[in-house]
Amino acid sequence: MMTRKRGLAVIGIILFATFPLWMKYVRPDDARYWVDVINNVGLYAILALSLTVILCDAGMYNMGHAAFYAVGAYTGAILNTQLGVPILLALPVAGITAGIFSAIIARPVIHLRGDYLLIVTVGVGEILRIALINDVFGITGGPNGIFGIARPELFGFKIKRPDHFFYLIWGFAALTLFLFNRLKQSRFGRALDYLREDAVAAEGSGINTDRYRLLAFLLGATWAGMTGSLFAAKMTIISPESFSFWESVVIFMIVILGGSGNMAGVLLGTFIVIALPEVFRDFASARMLIFGLAMMVMMVFRTQGLLPPKPRKFILPKLAEEGD
Amino acid sequence: MAILELNGVTKTFGGLTAVGDVSFKVDEGSVVGLIGPNGAGKTTVFNLITGNYVPNAGSILFEGRELSGMATNKIVSSGIARTFQTIRLFQKMSVVENVLAGCHCRMKAGIFSAMLRTPSQRREELEALQLAMRELSFVGLAHQAENLAANLSYGNQRLLEIARALATGPKLLILDEPAGGMNPQETDQLVALIGRLKERGITVLLIEHDMSLVMRACEELVVLEYGIKIAEGKPDAVKADPRVIEAYLGTD
Ligand SMILES: Nc1ncnc2c1ncn2[C@@H]1O[C@H](COP(=O)(O)OP(=O)(O)O)[C@@H](O)[C@H]1O
Ligand SMILES: [Mg+2]
Repeated sequence: MMTRKRGLAVIGIILFATFPLWMKYVRPDDARYWVDVINNVGLYAILALSLTVILCDAGMYNMGHAAFYAVGAYTGAILNTQLGVPILLALPVAGITAGIFSAIIARPVIHLRGDYLLIVTVGVGEILRIALINDVFGITGGPNGIFGIARPELFGFKIKRPDHFFYLIWGFAALTLFLFNRLKQSRFGRALDYLREDAVAAEGSGINTDRYRLLAFLLGATWAGMTGSLFAAKMTIISPESFSFWESVVIFMIVILGGSGNMAGVLLGTFIVIALPEVFRDFASARMLIFGLAMMVMMVFRTQGLLPPKPRKFILPKLAEEGD
Repeated sequence: MAILELNGVTKTFGGLTAVGDVSFKVDEGSVVGLIGPNGAGKTTVFNLITGNYVPNAGSILFEGRELSGMATNKIVSSGIARTFQTIRLFQKMSVVENVLAGCHCRMKAGIFSAMLRTPSQRREELEALQLAMRELSFVGLAHQAENLAANLSYGNQRLLEIARALATGPKLLILDEPAGGMNPQETDQLVALIGRLKERGITVLLIEHDMSLVMRACEELVVLEYGIKIAEGKPDAVKADPRVIEAYLGTD
């Protein structure tokens, strides 16, 4: 059974990894468009995975994730257009900048109860967006944003077509899945679970809950910041409207719909929220209505999301006979 | 030598003095019981020791170091572990995962070593699992390791809390009504377990209602009533103290 499941997974991954190649034959007219849709899915999937760390693992209601995405995108864009730093080199810097930004915000509000924290993060997202529109920092280009971001290059290869970006974005998504999965199975991942389940018991078991709340924010925001840089590279132009409150809501929705912390669920949720509306484009305005209704029905009948997280398994070391 | 020393500790909630000017010492290696009627302030004393509350006055010294003002997790890693009167396990997690929570403060790996899965991180994970299993087997729950905490009986949940506390490597273990919800047979096993804790060199301070357990398990008693210490000493002497008898008869 297991090998059959694994075989199916391998076939699925191969099919997906060759998507831009076979799509050219399946839909010769609009293959580029569909590859671009899947690229957007990839960006949202990484964003949703990064929000998962804050929202599901540490249990902190962050409805302003687009703010960290924006900080990363703008940092990457400014480094590239003003200082000529290649965008992929600027990517880690953008991540760290977003991480520092999140830590400054999170530090004073980390003790707030869920709903209060949610309102603070909404506020932060809006303040940042308005500051960008008004060009408060003098280097973000106001409502027009920043354009002329250079195409990224990887080992001398210029990434410019959607099928090129497919491999860049989904490569980063795969790396994210790989690393986050390792984190989940570690002291760090467990600490977040303990603190979410019962912060008093976690602290009483010797876990520095403040530190881990902050680290969760820092990690989630850093990842969103790096994704922002990828987005800037893909678009070559960014403006404040790409980072509206609605973006934060969409990312939040993906995570909750997908299954609150299960990574496969997050991927599934991203496809449903980002790609499915494109498939039903012919229904035009009705599609959002249907989609909204489907969300509501689901939140009533399957509150745990499509694929809820599974309990951790441990390979137990063998011990000598039990004490008594 | 005293491992723990409370000097004139006071804690008020609004107008209510939950703990008033309480002083006592816990000698290293001993088993001390903190008793008194319901609402006497016993749990509050525990919460003061573990830093969940900050005293309004007085000092709490652990191995000669002042504890008040320290974060709970720092107090735990300095060597005091506790269990809760109302069981606070991670109910949706497996038994062994609950114990791993206690191992946390003796581990080092951070985000990067987990992402890179370095050899030292892997070794540390394995050692933590081994320690968790040893503590589970110490309290007699190793065979339940993969069960969910929520599926354990009440008595076993109390034992699991002890195993989690032991995984932090404590010098002083404080137990808040460890026999609460246990049947007489489980209580007997608990008394034996406390004996084995003492053999391991762990100092035990416990709150208990069940006087027969207290008499069997403790070497010293401290009695509280309305937040005030009304007696202390050897169990037999305390049991015969008229103020203690009155306190217990008055409420029961
Ligand atoms: N967090 C709190 N806020 C207000 N009052 C409290 C709080 N904790 C305890 N108390 C009060 O302090 C007194 C002592 O409580 P507690 O320490 O739980 O007693 P015991 O454990 O001896 O039964 C009680 O009157 C209780 O209502
Ligand atoms: Mg109590």
